[in-house]
Amino acid sequence: MTTAATYPSRWRAPSIFGSPGRRLAFWAVVCAYLVWSLSTLNVDTARVLAGLPRAWTILVRMVPPDFGRWQLLLTGMVESVQIAIAATIIGAVLSIPIGIAAAANLAPRPLYLLARAFIVTGRTFHEVIIAIFFVKLFGFGPVAGLLTLAFSSSIFLGKMLAEDIENMKPGPVEAIRATGASFGQTFFYAVVPQVLVKTLGVLIYRLDSNLRHSTVIGIVGAGGIGQTLSASFSRYDFDFASAILLTIAAMVAFGEWFSDWARRKLR
Amino acid sequence: MTAHQPPRHYPDRWERYSPRQRLVHWLWLGGIALAAAWSVSALDIEWAFFADAHEQAADLIGRMWPPRWSYLPRIVQPLIETLHIATLGTMIAIVFALPVAFLAARNTTWNQGSWLVGRAILVMSRSINTVIWGLVFVAIFGPGPVAGICAVAARSVGFIAKLVAEAIEEVDAGQIEAVEATGASTLQVYGVAILPQILPVLIGTSIYRWDINVRESSVLGFVGAGGIGLLLYASINQFAWSQAIVILIAILGIVVVSEALSAYVRSRIV
Repeated sequence: MTTAATYPSRWRAPSIFGSPGRRLAFWAVVCAYLVWSLSTLNVDTARVLAGLPRAWTILVRMVPPDFGRWQLLLTGMVESVQIAIAATIIGAVLSIPIGIAAAANLAPRPLYLLARAFIVTGRTFHEVIIAIFFVKLFGFGPVAGLLTLAFSSSIFLGKMLAEDIENMKPGPVEAIRATGASFGQTFFYAVVPQVLVKTLGVLIYRLDSNLRHSTVIGIVGAGGIGQTLSASFSRYDFDFASAILLTIAAMVAFGEWFSDWARRKLR
Repeated sequence: MTAHQPPRHYPDRWERYSPRQRLVHWLWLGGIALAAAWSVSALDIEWAFFADAHEQAADLIGRMWPPRWSYLPRIVQPLIETLHIATLGTMIAIVFALPVAFLAARNTTWNQGSWLVGRAILVMSRSINTVIWGLVFVAIFGPGPVAGICAVAARSVGFIAKLVAEAIEEVDAGQIEAVEATGASTLQVYGVAILPQILPVLIGTSIYRWDINVRESSVLGFVGAGGIGLLLYASINQFAWSQAIVILIAILGIVVVSEALSAYVRSRIV
């Protein structure tokens, strides 16, 4: 005779934490963190509460957006787009040597390590920080923005290119090498055909993200619509600011759509 | 094999592309060159600035070196604040991202109208940079970390919700039907059939976004939204370059550590 197994009368979904103890520990850690972080931030509750009606006033002043100064808006937007396009192309050209140097299967070891260190350091800093340096070196204006985005694009594209090169099939490279081809010939006939389509996809993606970044570097004086936007905020010119924000959103949405469309075409 | 076939003609030289393909390639390259030329020429670049750029760079490095390490204790608190802004902002974003994701996924939204609302939230949140969100929230709450947290949250909601919405659209429909067949309510279906399937994506995306947010919150201080950026901006404006380099090295440190941590945790989950 076997005793009938007892089943619970109510089913409960299995916990994602594995055991109830772990679940409890997780939430305890989250609560402890919240208490610690909120206490060190010394948030001024009164000021935040005072901010809520102010938020409403600002919102009211943002609607309707004022497109009256559309010429200023257009100049800034066109500058942002030009910075993005030029930076993507310059960055793409610069990314080729970086990508080759950072690919373990093509570059000699010391060069590889140097290129990787360069990529890690360059990727760490936000575009706005890099922009400050180029503003110091080249003065205020779109040149600083162009160089900033070209610099960060070349690092991003170089990293992606290096990964593609490392993942390519070695067969074609060996085959071309066996014919006695030089490094340049090997690169153009064995490497380029294997990585080209993917690289173009990444390039279009980067154009899209440069479009986003070009709207923000203006805050430190590196040209583009960001300069106009931050000026309008500091002048409490909220209806013009909302017009700029809407235009940026529209442009970025268009850029994203275009990037999706172009990458689907490539495949 | 038939005997009387004329010998096939092979070219003496192997060509990779037909002339027509080559023409298309050159046209593309020409178009790109034109776009680059138009963009660069319209920016009216002052080439004179390039002439002394290397001197300026050497001067800058000279002022930065040696770093003023005695400044390090002063930046510990702002660094912690930067991490708090990134973490709290990401936490708030997760809470809001989940309903937005359900709204923006075709198979869980109520109708075309609610789907459009969800999509509009995604686009608005994602297309405005964290720093610009910072500008907006500083105008509302005044300068300080609260504005920074809101800025990080506002940008991250769209990022997390977009990826989660894509995951929702790809869930296994069989599990939903099975739970529905037991007579479960919509909320129960979401919680029992869909949530467990998308949880790895939600957690993975959130950790990835947290890693990005650590980097983003390092510059939020430039617009007054708290964190280490405030000190960096002040140091640069006072030409205190030996201080600025200490801050930059500290930022490099926490960004590299957070990236490694994020990569490790995500590799454990997925």
